[in-house]
Amino acid sequence: MLELKNVSWTAPDGAQIVKDVSFTVPDGRLVVITGPNGGGKTTTAKLIAGIEPPTSGSILLDGRDITGLDVTERAKLGISYAFQQPVRFKGLTVRQLLTLASGGKKLSEDDLCAILGRVGLCARDYIDREVNATLSGGEIKRIEIATVLARHTRLSVFDEPEAGIDLWSFRSLIDVFQEIRKSLNGSLVVISHQERILRIADEIDVISGGVLTDSGSAADVLSRLTSGRPGRVVDGRACVREEALYQ
Amino acid sequence: MNEVTKELLKIVSDWDGRFAGAYNVREDGCCAGRVSTEHIKIESKKDKPGLDIRILPGTKGETVSIPACVTHGDENDLVYNDFYVGEGADVTIVAGCGVHTETGEPARHNGIHRFFLEKNSKVKYIEKHIGTGRGAGLRSIDPETEATLGEGAVLEMDTSQIGGVDKTLRKTGAVLGKNARLLIRERILTEKNQTARTEFRVEMNGDGAGTDLISRSVARGDSHQEYRSVIVGNARCTGHSECDAIIAEHGTVDASPELSANNGDAALIHEAAIGKIAGEQILKLRTLGLTEKEAEAKIVEGFLS
Repeated sequence: MLELKNVSWTAPDGAQIVKDVSFTVPDGRLVVITGPNGGGKTTTAKLIAGIEPPTSGSILLDGRDITGLDVTERAKLGISYAFQQPVRFKGLTVRQLLTLASGGKKLSEDDLCAILGRVGLCARDYIDREVNATLSGGEIKRIEIATVLARHTRLSVFDEPEAGIDLWSFRSLIDVFQEIRKSLNGSLVVISHQERILRIADEIDVISGGVLTDSGSAADVLSRLTSGRPGRVVDGRACVREEALYQ
Repeated sequence: MNEVTKELLKIVSDWDGRFAGAYNVREDGCCAGRVSTEHIKIESKKDKPGLDIRILPGTKGETVSIPACVTHGDENDLVYNDFYVGEGADVTIVAGCGVHTETGEPARHNGIHRFFLEKNSKVKYIEKHIGTGRGAGLRSIDPETEATLGEGAVLEMDTSQIGGVDKTLRKTGAVLGKNARLLIRERILTEKNQTARTEFRVEMNGDGAGTDLISRSVARGDSHQEYRSVIVGNARCTGHSECDAIIAEHGTVDASPELSANNGDAALIHEAAIGKIAGEQILKLRTLGLTEKEAEAKIVEGFLS
């Protein structure tokens, strides 16, 4: 179980981005953190992964205080992090990146197919491609998610998997997360403001203005978030479910 | 051949005790072994040190290896090798070079290669350079390559300097005929006080000619690298050069690409990028469990692979 206790983070310019946030991510659960842009969601994800150290408060993994551990140490303890804007590497191939992700053990073609298949990519087309600028936004996003899946860690954090990809890619990405959800082996934290991702969550935490403003079961929080909101109608069909809640 | 040569051959020629196909091993300016085949003839030059390598027309799928090793200090090896590649041949040439010194005396190899590719011939040229030994003597390798590509000929050069060479000046020139193609992929790693200078000059004189020059380099320590490429389009042709360099510690890199389009249908492009390893790249690999040092090493390894 992951616990955040009274965690705050202040930017170098003095702006307080995360204010006294506390919540837990129980084992085997999918927790979605949602809220408006600029509200502190991504910073919270980075605090969990150790990319930023909290200004105050503490972070515990299975009761162990990991607040002072850096990114590498937390990764070794079983925390994975998928970046909102995946990094590109000239020269590193998909195979090499997935090999590093899986702890350096040699991956067979079947292993690579299994991992890439889970994110909807045909392995043979990708394993020897460089993770460089020739990959589209949707492709690089899927490979980023694949690096997290290859790690098989106990806690995986995905920062806005929908960001920077087109609608078609997003629709198939939902399928990817539904698939991950079914075969969940550990806990998942997904930062998102897409209703379709919120709908597959077990629990939802809402962070707005740096503060945890709501928290609870997905059904309860979603009903509070969507109450009073009229459904938008396009071509006579209600399409509210694909709307971003906070955009 | 001596033990140092054997060690160098393993690195630069993937030698495992034997060569596939024709070969000539040059050790400290002497021939330490030579085999010609039915289709590939290797002969010593009559007028100067070096070899004439004749690949008969239509030769397919054969490999010729011509490694050169300098195994001690106070050696300045100069060699002239000419490759005559017959019409329609399709071969691989492996030309590794290692320089080794255990003393304060310098060890240098200067290989001057000329390639004459006849119509529709195809050559894949693989060259690895390395410097070894604990001596303080300067290890230098100064290759000069001149290639003449006939109609429809293709020369693909894959060259790498993988460490230990203190000083290198690499000059490569080529003249391309109709529909000929030259592809060069170069990788250079320098560290400590090493210097490396690369000079490419490609002239495309025939319609449909094309060239692609890709250089990736890493300069760390106090090392310095210079990259200069000149692509001249004298016909309807396409040219592209790309210089990517990673600098680390106090390493420095100069890149000066030059394009000359002397024909209205010449399409020439250059790209150059120099910078240190992006912090996000290191961070990404750290989220996979690597330390900062391990992450840097993997990024450099991938970049130069």
